[in-house]
Amino acid sequence: MRLEKRATGSTAALVLAPIGAVVFTLLVSSVLVWWAGAAVTETYGLLLKGGFGSVFALSETLTRAIPLILTGLAVTVAFKARLFNIGAEGQLYVGALAAVAVGGMHGGTGFGLPPALLFGLMLLASALAGALLLLGPALLKSRLGVDEVVTTLLLNFIVLLFVSMMLNGPMKDPLAMGWPQSVGLMGELELSKLVPQTRLHTGLIWACTLAVMVWLLMRYTVLGFDIRAIGANARAAAFAGVPVTRTVVLVAMLSGALAGLAGAIEVAGRTGYVTLDMSPGYGYTGIVIAMLAGLHPLAVVAASVFVAGMLVGADSMSRAVGVPTFIADVIVAASLIAVLVATQMTQYRLRRT
Amino acid sequence: MTAPVLELTQITKRFGDLVANDAISLQLHAGEVLALLGENGAGKSTLVSILFGHYVADAGQIKVFGEPLPPGDPKAALDAGIGMVHQHFTLADNLSVLDNVVMGSEPLWQPFSRRQAARQRLDEVARRFGLDVDPDALIGNLSVGERQRVEILKALYRGARILILDEPTAVLTPGESEALFAVLGQMVAQGLSIIFISHKLGEVLRVSQRIAVLRSGKLVAQADAQGTTQEQLALWMVGHAVDAPHTQPAATVGEVVCALDAVSAGVGRERLHAVSLQLRAGEIVAIAGVSGNGQTALAELLSGTRAASSGTVRLLGAPLVQRPSRLVELGVARIPEDRHAVGVVGDLPVWENVVSERLRSPVFSRWSWVRRARARAHARQVIAQFDVRGAGALAPARALSGGNMQKLILGRALLHPDSGAAGAAITPRLIVAHQPSWGLDIGAVAYVQQQLIAARDAGAAVLLISDDLDEVMTMGDRIAVMHAGYLSDARPACDWSREAIGLAMAGGSVDTGTAA
Amino acid sequence: MMEVLDMLAQPAFWIAVLRIATPLILGTLGVLLCERAGVLNLGIEGIMVAGAFAGWLAVYGGASLWTGVLVAALTGAVFGLLHAVLTVSLALSQHVSGLGITLLATALSYYGYRVSFPKVSTPPTIEPFADMDWLAIPVLAQQTPLTLLALLLVPLLAYVLYRTPVGLAVRMVGENPQAAEGQGVSVAAVRTGAIVAGSALMGVAGSFLTLSAFNAFFFNMVNGRGWICVALVVFASWRPGKALLGALLFAFFDALQLRLQQSGGATLPYQMYLMLPYVLSIAALVLVARKASYPQALMKPYRKGER
Repeated sequence: MRLEKRATGSTAALVLAPIGAVVFTLLVSSVLVWWAGAAVTETYGLLLKGGFGSVFALSETLTRAIPLILTGLAVTVAFKARLFNIGAEGQLYVGALAAVAVGGMHGGTGFGLPPALLFGLMLLASALAGALLLLGPALLKSRLGVDEVVTTLLLNFIVLLFVSMMLNGPMKDPLAMGWPQSVGLMGELELSKLVPQTRLHTGLIWACTLAVMVWLLMRYTVLGFDIRAIGANARAAAFAGVPVTRTVVLVAMLSGALAGLAGAIEVAGRTGYVTLDMSPGYGYTGIVIAMLAGLHPLAVVAASVFVAGMLVGADSMSRAVGVPTFIADVIVAASLIAVLVATQMTQYRLRRT
Repeated sequence: MTAPVLELTQITKRFGDLVANDAISLQLHAGEVLALLGENGAGKSTLVSILFGHYVADAGQIKVFGEPLPPGDPKAALDAGIGMVHQHFTLADNLSVLDNVVMGSEPLWQPFSRRQAARQRLDEVARRFGLDVDPDALIGNLSVGERQRVEILKALYRGARILILDEPTAVLTPGESEALFAVLGQMVAQGLSIIFISHKLGEVLRVSQRIAVLRSGKLVAQADAQGTTQEQLALWMVGHAVDAPHTQPAATVGEVVCALDAVSAGVGRERLHAVSLQLRAGEIVAIAGVSGNGQTALAELLSGTRAASSGTVRLLGAPLVQRPSRLVELGVARIPEDRHAVGVVGDLPVWENVVSERLRSPVFSRWSWVRRARARAHARQVIAQFDVRGAGALAPARALSGGNMQKLILGRALLHPDSGAAGAAITPRLIVAHQPSWGLDIGAVAYVQQQLIAARDAGAAVLLISDDLDEVMTMGDRIAVMHAGYLSDARPACDWSREAIGLAMAGGSVDTGTAA
Repeated sequence: MMEVLDMLAQPAFWIAVLRIATPLILGTLGVLLCERAGVLNLGIEGIMVAGAFAGWLAVYGGASLWTGVLVAALTGAVFGLLHAVLTVSLALSQHVSGLGITLLATALSYYGYRVSFPKVSTPPTIEPFADMDWLAIPVLAQQTPLTLLALLLVPLLAYVLYRTPVGLAVRMVGENPQAAEGQGVSVAAVRTGAIVAGSALMGVAGSFLTLSAFNAFFFNMVNGRGWICVALVVFASWRPGKALLGALLFAFFDALQLRLQQSGGATLPYQMYLMLPYVLSIAALVLVARKASYPQALMKPYRKGER
């Protein structure tokens, strides 16, 4: 058996394939629902309703989607250059820590700076923290050929331990009882709500704006060309004059920065402080989202809303029907594989040699 | 008349719209050397790939020693007695000669390996055919000639009685080619039958008894080598009389555009040793030599992707900067050796590939924003002027065939974006062409050569690196030979004889005494 | 310094080292087998979780311990087969396929656990493997049979790789698949076989956690051990003997870090001790970076018949 390239690829197929794959995944996952002893249609109905069925549900979904858009963008930018950034989780956390460091550690004085300026500094610090964290593995790859998959992965564990250290030490909130959490962010720095009475905050606007900016960058700028060229064929890119090492560094910093901002915006918009469990794997989910979106920055927004909807819907569905929330994680992971296969089959067909 | 050892009947193979083999019927007789001749893209490699089981034919059948051959199964081909020496060696660098030869000859379920016996058998086969190798040497440490010997041994070890050699002399010096022909003679004496694929006319007449000519997928002629001329073969290969490109010696040779002075660069295989060379406007300097003797290092040096470790390189009077975009700005046109891996980024559209070298210049970008309309317009101009067919400006570059991709690369290098339609064309100052004709059919080769000559006549300095001796002798105003990183003096073409170049390619010293 | 030496003199320390090393040995051998055949398998983290869960669940359901190990191996093999189909038959990105499988296998395991035990305050337990008291060798006698299995697999895998035809085929397929195809060996079949076998080993590695080291299944049990195995393979230059050495070395530092925490001589926050294994893994990668001789076809998809 071998793969043979199809002569023509229709754009219709390219759009329908991922959708078909997701539907297929939902069908197959119904076996899991049956195993849990629940009714399939009822469960899926509750899942969809819980994610998209009311203003409140939508607001929850969009709130969840915000960090996913940002980590999804972070992974998209990196993967486009064939820099496999699996460390978005760690970059998110250091971004969150940096945000609290700038925005909360001064005991409410705000370093004597006007809030608007402090806010900007806070974002800058988070972006920088994330960027620097990814820079190490990126340089190790381009200088020494060390595979960045493992280094970024291992850094995630190191960062989480570091956060734990900080939360039990210098950044500990003296007033909090029970779970360790960090000093809170200054009130003026918190993001305002988009829809009153919900948790949806203006971080959504930041995230969507960044998605558009990343799209513009990739499509219309010289740097965007450089990134795409390196990802497709680094040797040819070098021959054409693309500054490879410099571009890889820029990609790493941009990707890390986006993930760091995810942390900052979560802190500023949703939680107000840093805890060890503030991210249930957003960094890893970002990878799924980037692949589902076919590494297209605008599609990342759509993919994030879909995945967020699944996760939020599963929470409420689980409370009602008792099917464990992990079903959402199964659906998301299986969707990834199904979408990859479906997209590949639009370009190739299997033939007996 | 004894039955043929190999019989192909009406073999047909299509790849999409392309008919690579069209109802080809051929026979191979015992103890004979059959040459399969045709230009690049004629279908020779496809045919033998079908024979060996890498592809399955859409129609037709194959009989080996009278028995039908199961299609698409290299193991069946091997068991039937067919062996193949591939053009691009299929050897694992990190494993030993013995490992490479033995692999696949023992059943996979066997929990042990008979190494001693294998070693003895390898030794015996090697001696029988005069192919000397060290069974424990790592392939990565062997020279090209030695690797080819291992490639041949692989087939002989498996008991091949029919041997296919795909362009075996492409990587050999004239001397090494002679040694190979001697080995072929040994094989025939031992009862093997041979299919010899080549596009080199002289070789084919010398080595084979019968010649089959393919053109555009069809078998157009079969003849005995005895009594056939090169002109007749060329006529069959191309379908019409071939004109050699018209080269008058350069009218006026101008100033020195680029000068290398005792330049050393690179490590390991690809190395330059104290190379000195001067390239002047209005002349073509052709560098002969088998690939892998430092040509890539030289081309990369002048293309801006490799630094010199010692010596000086001056371009237009100033030291050469190792930055491709700067070199392109200064008027250096570069044609790389490997168009797929280095020349274009296959996944990106044609227009982005056309402007890729100049993207940073104000013509195509402003404050990092790409001027897409201007870029696409230039791309369309290149496509039109250089007759690039098979894909529009917006299609991915990998959709182009080899010949069209090369025309794209040529157009990118030679057509300056400021060359107005009405205004004077801006010629590059220096053209670095590394194997520009490799893998192209005769028509495309002629086109490439014409473009280079035209550029020379317009005042460009041209450096042509080619492992094709005929091309070197036809195109070069001055010729130098590269061997093991050393470059001979670049003497006028009339000072070189074919034998002298062949000798220098193999490392023999040249009259002037300053080289190698 | 003296107290460190005291620590090293106690057999209890070395018993801990071997115990910590066992899943690493098995997991690293599994990754090694896949990568020798030219395929990166990032599914190891998820496969270890799945192996841990499936093996444990089988034993909880009444099966014998060795049946549990077999179930874990089969679970690993199934996920390995999925990875093989995705990367070998469909030529998808090895990175993404592996990560997808880690996510899927982990999610499925956690889901299965929650479905099986909806409301538990304390995790249900089983009776794990007993120590091998019948063995006369010190330190080894206090280990469970899975450790012995892991140690025996090292020379066995080395023998298979270097002295059998199938081992040579695996190595060739990882160096130059065209060469293998040209000698009549099916690249797809050999790669699939290697991935399935390697993934089975990864499943067994996971089962060690629930059937030997501990007696219950916890969330976040594997905690990055799979990724450490991936790093260890590079450190081991893809050789089984060096893989054993790497695993033991790593386990040594992990055991040391644990002892130092407990001994109270800790002036540093405990998290910094816990970081040590991960930092060491990165350091190991950097150390061998320059001289790493990768199997040449690693991570390059092979499309049969493509020129």
